[in-house]
Amino acid sequence: MSTVKSHRKVVTKLSLWAVGMFGFALFVMPPLYDLFCEITGIGIRPAERYEAAPVAVDYSREVSVTFAATNNEQMPWAFRPMDSKVVVHPGERYEVKFYAKNLTENDMVGQAIPSLVPFSAGDYFHKTECFCFNNQPLAAGEEVEMALVFVVDPELPSSIKSLVMSYTLFDVTPVAADTVAQLQ
Amino acid sequence: MAHGPAKGIGRWLFTTNHKDIGTLYLWFSFAMFLLGGFFAMVIRAELFQPGMQLIRPEFFNQMTTMHGVIMVFGAIMPAFVGLANWMIPLMIGAPDMALPRMNNLSFWILPFAFLTLASTLFMEGGAPNFGWTFYAPLSTKYAPESVNYFIFSMHIMGASSIMGSINIIATIMNMRAPGMTYMKMPLFVWTWLITAFLLVAVMPVLAGAVTMMLMDINFGTSFFDAAGGGDPVLFQHIFWFFGHPEVYIIILPAFGVVSAIIPAFSRKPLFGYASMVYATAAIAFLSFIVWAHHMFTVGMPIAGELYFMYATMLIAVPTGVKVFNWVTTMYKGALTFETPMLFCIAFVILFTFGGFTGLMLSVAAADIQYHDSYFVVAHFHYVMVAGAVFSGTAAVYYWLPKWCGKMYNETMGQVQFWIAFIGFNITFMPQHFLGLAGMPRRYADYGLQFADWNMVSSIGAFMYGAAQLLFLYNVIATIRNGKPVSDNKVWEGAEGLEWEVPTPAPYHTFATPPQIK
Repeated sequence: MSTVKSHRKVVTKLSLWAVGMFGFALFVMPPLYDLFCEITGIGIRPAERYEAAPVAVDYSREVSVTFAATNNEQMPWAFRPMDSKVVVHPGERYEVKFYAKNLTENDMVGQAIPSLVPFSAGDYFHKTECFCFNNQPLAAGEEVEMALVFVVDPELPSSIKSLVMSYTLFDVTPVAADTVAQLQ
Repeated sequence: MAHGPAKGIGRWLFTTNHKDIGTLYLWFSFAMFLLGGFFAMVIRAELFQPGMQLIRPEFFNQMTTMHGVIMVFGAIMPAFVGLANWMIPLMIGAPDMALPRMNNLSFWILPFAFLTLASTLFMEGGAPNFGWTFYAPLSTKYAPESVNYFIFSMHIMGASSIMGSINIIATIMNMRAPGMTYMKMPLFVWTWLITAFLLVAVMPVLAGAVTMMLMDINFGTSFFDAAGGGDPVLFQHIFWFFGHPEVYIIILPAFGVVSAIIPAFSRKPLFGYASMVYATAAIAFLSFIVWAHHMFTVGMPIAGELYFMYATMLIAVPTGVKVFNWVTTMYKGALTFETPMLFCIAFVILFTFGGFTGLMLSVAAADIQYHDSYFVVAHFHYVMVAGAVFSGTAAVYYWLPKWCGKMYNETMGQVQFWIAFIGFNITFMPQHFLGLAGMPRRYADYGLQFADWNMVSSIGAFMYGAAQLLFLYNVIATIRNGKPVSDNKVWEGAEGLEWEVPTPAPYHTFATPPQIK
């Protein structure tokens, strides 16, 4: 039965191809897309600490920076920026604070994920200190003021006059169980 | 083992016969076509006048979504799989499909997929309402609860398509009659071979996309959630990586049908057979590298826009080759205008028209204006309806006498053609004007300045819908009491192995393979 055998060969190859394409969509395309965005400088970048270098402050220019805070739908904390908007000079170092309170009766750990628009400003907004670099444990009912220290690069393209820095807070308690244990 | 079909419902449930399964696919797809068409009638009825008359906007969104999903996955794709089941073994001189039991399975999971999908209409929160392209986060974060049923039905449809394609490829590669070389295969077989490869390549990608949605919705991942480090634009890339080849999956078998019918009624062999094969392969290849022309407005780098624009325009070249070949086949032929031929000529004209509007849309700078307007709706209905549906109708009229041994009513067929042709153009031609004037798609209401053309469009849609009922009646009347035909060759100009078996085609054909000269 040579035909049966050759059917098996064709079917095996095609099935493997189909499974391969499924894997490609699920495991290759998302990282590939992230890589592409990183190379071309679009999309979201990971939170990186910036080592401040002394630069001349450009007092002739003003850039407004708006702050926004959002909760992931599973995150019950109170979370908001304490200054919703600041006007800054490029090159100058600023500090703003965000407020968070654990409203639940459980000890929890939160993690803030930053996002900056416009995307093209991503290379020019430097964070020297940010609560988003680490996760934030809060005991039941505890509240905290969290700092963000940043510098807007004087190289920021002159077409950009305002930035929006937004943070979304996630509940990472299950994956940060040892941090919760330290709260006890 | 010459035996006829089994008796009763068991014949259809347990059948492994390619003709039975082809028939099942065709009837199923027609039922889905009527259901999807009914949803289209609801849409057009609501858009008959400005303001909200019949349904609520939430329900309107469910209608557009279900109409698109059912027409693409339930009507057009299964219709061509049904034609493939019926015709490919007959055309290559094979006794049956390569994997008859898998064939049965790939059909019988389909009704369950669509039952699952249709059941969402009766669920709390309603059916999916995010458009047939189900962009995240509309389909993840803001989706109704029923989205999980939608995802599972997509998985089942995908599995069905993949099994069907593997079967078709195995049949074509392994079961051709002796002497039937690849370059002697009818073009319908060629286009299906290439389509099947496309399906095996991209249906798993669709499955991957809906799986990621499922995980984002239920298991806390953030593939498409910007707040969690994912990116909704990634969804669009993955979707269109599937979705663009998908439009060729729909249209390539239609090319095959037209390439069979036009020579038959022109009484001339197909002009440029080899170039047709290469053009099909070229279109299939190009379909993988142009997907982002569906998303010119997402904020791609300019280099990306330019690349996708030029690559898209390139597709016009092999498509132009095909249109040229069809026209040249007709040139100086002894033409007659039976119903299948009428539908095919309309196909060539209207598909070309839809191709030109596609070319307009491919211009990235202009697309910013056309994007998500009724111009796009008009464009893809010219290629999907006048392309795939017209050619499917032509195929049914062309092969129906061979299938059931009876002749359809030619007058009724031609009446149906003219109602469909005129109704179609009245429906979709004005939508170009609406789109260019700025009417966005997927809204339940519109500004007063769009009222006149919308009313015209709705009238055309009801006409087109009525033509389908006439089609259904004609087919049933033919099967019940059509005039019997006994010639093997039903059409005098028809060529191919399928016309060498008796009429009606016996339950088992080519038990011993024919010799190809």
